[in-house]
Amino acid sequence: MKITFKLWIFIGGLIALSPFGLLLPEHFKAGSAWGEWGAEEMRELVGYIPKGLEKLSSLWSAPIPDYTFKGWEGKPLSSLSVAYIFSAVIGVLVCAGAVFILGKLLSKKE
Amino acid sequence: MHIPDGYLGPGTCGLFYLIMLPIWTAASRIVKKTLNSRQVPLLAIGAAFSFVIMMFNVPIPGGTTGHAVGGVLVAILLGPWLACIAITVALVIQALLFGDGGITAIGANCFNMAFILPFCGYYIYKAISYKSPVDSRRRVIAAGIAGYIALNIAAGVTGFMFGIQPLLYKTASGQALYCPYGLNVALPVMLGEHLLIFGWVEAVVTALVVKYLQKHSPELLAEGRKI
Repeated sequence: MKITFKLWIFIGGLIALSPFGLLLPEHFKAGSAWGEWGAEEMRELVGYIPKGLEKLSSLWSAPIPDYTFKGWEGKPLSSLSVAYIFSAVIGVLVCAGAVFILGKLLSKKE
Repeated sequence: MHIPDGYLGPGTCGLFYLIMLPIWTAASRIVKKTLNSRQVPLLAIGAAFSFVIMMFNVPIPGGTTGHAVGGVLVAILLGPWLACIAITVALVIQALLFGDGGITAIGANCFNMAFILPFCGYYIYKAISYKSPVDSRRRVIAAGIAGYIALNIAAGVTGFMFGIQPLLYKTASGQALYCPYGLNVALPVMLGEHLLIFGWVEAVVTALVVKYLQKHSPELLAEGRKI
């Protein structure tokens, strides 16, 4: 078996296991990553929302925010895990696709 | 370590876009010269690996989360310039599609995770493994140490970026405009959590995959690698 094929299987395994990255922090009641709070969380932490942060934080509205579907925030963890795996698949495919295009543009032909 | 929109002021954001521009240009030049079209699949795997490994948030119970970047491994396998491109792709996609890391902070986030991390990791790995044989234990240990140190350097630089914001940007009344935590908080927190927990995740992932490849595909670890 070619090593690239084996490595893709490895990536597939990581995708399947990816919900651990969602469930473990949930289980241990770990909050957001440090420095990655939303505007409201920031108000709770320091008592106000820094003006520039308030303006810029809503600058971009990502299509799959925080690896879940829009409006799914309160859904049970099982649904969120499905969305997480879906996000991992999309992310991996788009990453690989983008690199293939870049690579074809940049690499020497043989 | 993904700085969101609104934590860095416009000057800092602009500066790191400016710094990354020549790095990205150099990377694509070097890649153009050296990349063999048969290496493209491995580069795609590198970007995909980095993307998905960053989804594995590791909790500090009751506190916060963090994750490995996988960038040191990509740098060991593909060299730092290719790693820079692979991780940049992953970070841009995370920002655009998933809102993980800000659009305005892509320059800063790429500087930390797609430049500092793979370059430090690569040269630490090189220095420690020196001329040891490809299948030696020393290479596994070198990979682990490189992963640990490089992730911590990147975390330290990220903490520094956060920490200088209240010095640079505040209102007349002294309220912060962007990140409100100064160097006295941001630096020890970012460094501390990565030294204690997340650095070890990067170390273990890097070392284990290198160990696996020694057995199953040592040619990937050899110099002048060809696929």
